[in-house]
Amino acid sequence: MNERIHPTRRRVLQGLAGAAALNALPLRAQAGEPLKIGLILPMTGPFASTGKQVSAACRLYVQRNGDTVAGRKVDLIVKDDAGVPDTTKRIAQELVVQDKVHVLAGFGLTPLALATAPVATEAKVPMIVMVAATAIIPTRSPFIVRSGFTLPQVTGPVADWAAKNKIRRVYTMVTDYGPGLDAEKAFHARFKAAGGEIVESVRTPLANPDFGPFVQKVKDKAPDALFVFVPSGQGLAVMKQFEERGLRQAGIRMIGTGDVTDDDLLESMGPPAVGVITSFHYSAAHDSPENKAYVDAFGKANGGLRPNFHSVGGYDGMHLIYEAVKKTGGKGSGEELVNAMKGMSWTSPRGPVTIDPTARDVVQTVYLREVKMVGGKPWNVEFDKFDNVKPQEG
Amino acid sequence: MADAAETVADRAAPRAPGAALVPRLPDARWRPAEVVFWLAVVAAYFVFPKHHVIGSQILITGLFALSLDLILGYAGIVSLGHAAFFGMGAYAAGLLAVHGWGEPVSGLAVAALAGAATGYLTSFLVVRGSDLARLMVTLGIGLMLFEAANQLPSITGGADGLSGVAMWKVLGAWSFGMTGSTAYVYSGVVLFALFVVARRLAASPFGLSLRGVRENVKRMPAIGAPVARRLVAVYTISAAMAGVAGGLLAQTTQFVGLDVFGFPRSADLMIMVVLGGAGRLYGGLVGAAVFMIAHHWLSDVNPIYWQFWLGLLLVLVVLFARGGILGAIEALRGRRGMQR
Repeated sequence: MNERIHPTRRRVLQGLAGAAALNALPLRAQAGEPLKIGLILPMTGPFASTGKQVSAACRLYVQRNGDTVAGRKVDLIVKDDAGVPDTTKRIAQELVVQDKVHVLAGFGLTPLALATAPVATEAKVPMIVMVAATAIIPTRSPFIVRSGFTLPQVTGPVADWAAKNKIRRVYTMVTDYGPGLDAEKAFHARFKAAGGEIVESVRTPLANPDFGPFVQKVKDKAPDALFVFVPSGQGLAVMKQFEERGLRQAGIRMIGTGDVTDDDLLESMGPPAVGVITSFHYSAAHDSPENKAYVDAFGKANGGLRPNFHSVGGYDGMHLIYEAVKKTGGKGSGEELVNAMKGMSWTSPRGPVTIDPTARDVVQTVYLREVKMVGGKPWNVEFDKFDNVKPQEG
Repeated sequence: MADAAETVADRAAPRAPGAALVPRLPDARWRPAEVVFWLAVVAAYFVFPKHHVIGSQILITGLFALSLDLILGYAGIVSLGHAAFFGMGAYAAGLLAVHGWGEPVSGLAVAALAGAATGYLTSFLVVRGSDLARLMVTLGIGLMLFEAANQLPSITGGADGLSGVAMWKVLGAWSFGMTGSTAYVYSGVVLFALFVVARRLAASPFGLSLRGVRENVKRMPAIGAPVARRLVAVYTISAAMAGVAGGLLAQTTQFVGLDVFGFPRSADLMIMVVLGGAGRLYGGLVGAAVFMIAHHWLSDVNPIYWQFWLGLLLVLVVLFARGGILGAIEALRGRRGMQR
């Protein structure tokens, strides 16, 4: 019986596949039509906290700035990719084909952004990378604009600080994927240039790491400081091991990029985190009226949750989209929206931010911070800053 | 299946001694329900023109589930590391395209070879153990390959994944586009072709001997069946099919992430086969479709808590539908038949 249906079936399918492939995708925005933003984030799985922060920040932006922009109603479509690249890409394709979204946003990890980049290029839809922080991402599609940060950008200042503060021998521990390798490279280059010595460097796995043995090896080497990069969500586990294995008592300091003292987890880390020095682009304790209002509103809308650096990437990403839509009078095509975003400057809760027009990446102030107890809770208190740090600086 | 074997024996008993010696093969004719199933796959293309991307991924996962069913449902080899072959196929097809050969069909052939080679080499570790040992060995092989891919970023792209998989047009005529229509038809045709192979295989004396191994390993050598050789053969064939499924995913998504080797992929696959009904060929296909559609739909309804409902569905199916969804359908049919 298969001989009877098979050839016909194939011929019919061939014809239809050809016809369907010819369908063009009508994506040019119309004034007055709803503005659809497809927000793809890991809402479940090990990186769910990132999805929660970013989606909360995006909703907050809509709540504070109104759900219409340039006469268009904003329709935020949140989808969960659980951190799996082929799911992210599939959701992006579906958002473009079925929902006809005008902007894709989110992207919780580097591989998720890299997998989706060709979709943005083919569909000519702006792709706002709010989270993923490997330096190369915007080079993968002319439609990518980043609202978060890059690792080389935030790593340099703490390397300089360490070299100036009698830290000679550093052990580095980074997560074994794009951003971690970026951080390692940037730290090694800057710290060695400033005359420091890298005792040893180790890479921890991205999925379900057990930091115990790694931290123990660090203790055995007795460096002046341990430089740490881990993705948002893993900082607590590192801090626990650091404390339990008595590295602080052994006179080893912890330094790193701000991911390790993530505001999302800092309260649960408690006193052991005190004294950790990090460099980063955002602290919930940043002293500015914009940030105070942001932290208050974010906490109120989310049961007292403290916004972290990923949330601010989401919030500023929404700002980019809103402003670009306004600038193009509510009827910009994907290309026009991306062009409108290039060179845009504004004051974000994190401080002054500019989108580099050629790199489509974020130029921002990077702060040095120390964890201190303020009002009985640990905060990343800023004590120095470096203005206009470029995304590729390291 | 034990029942089926007995009925065959019972029926054969009263016959003439000469006739009883001729082994009765399972009926290889296509039943109406099967024709309906495949027509439904074709119909889905037209009924859901906007869902071709998820459709193609269901077909690919269906092929992957079919490959596991061959060893799990027929030969009784439990595996928690079938993603090893899926991943080998995905990286083989992906790397081939990255390095300049983007022809899809030959890419799949390479993916099949990569899967088969890995399957053949590891089969010797798998056939000698018991169920528990096999679970551990397959799990271990999966983890080893995952870590190997992670540690070779210059080849595999490491945790960032392999991007830049540039595919040529299928048979020189259809390019993989945004809508996923080409991916759907391409995956569907490959799935159907390999299904026909699996179906012939299951209905052959070879397939029967596999069921014999599953039902009673000790008796098989007594009737002159080389158990180890049979298992190595089916394991290799299954791995080749899993490799093709991986190759399809790499080609249609044009990206290979480390998760192709991931444990969740193997575990989900086992769930799908059990959900649909193991040892039925269609079980894997139905399980993959139900699992992925439920996943897709539930995570759309609630992107945060959907896993709860998926878990509930699995528990209910296991409790109330023995032999999975297809088992439940067969039971219902059987009951109705008796009432008449």
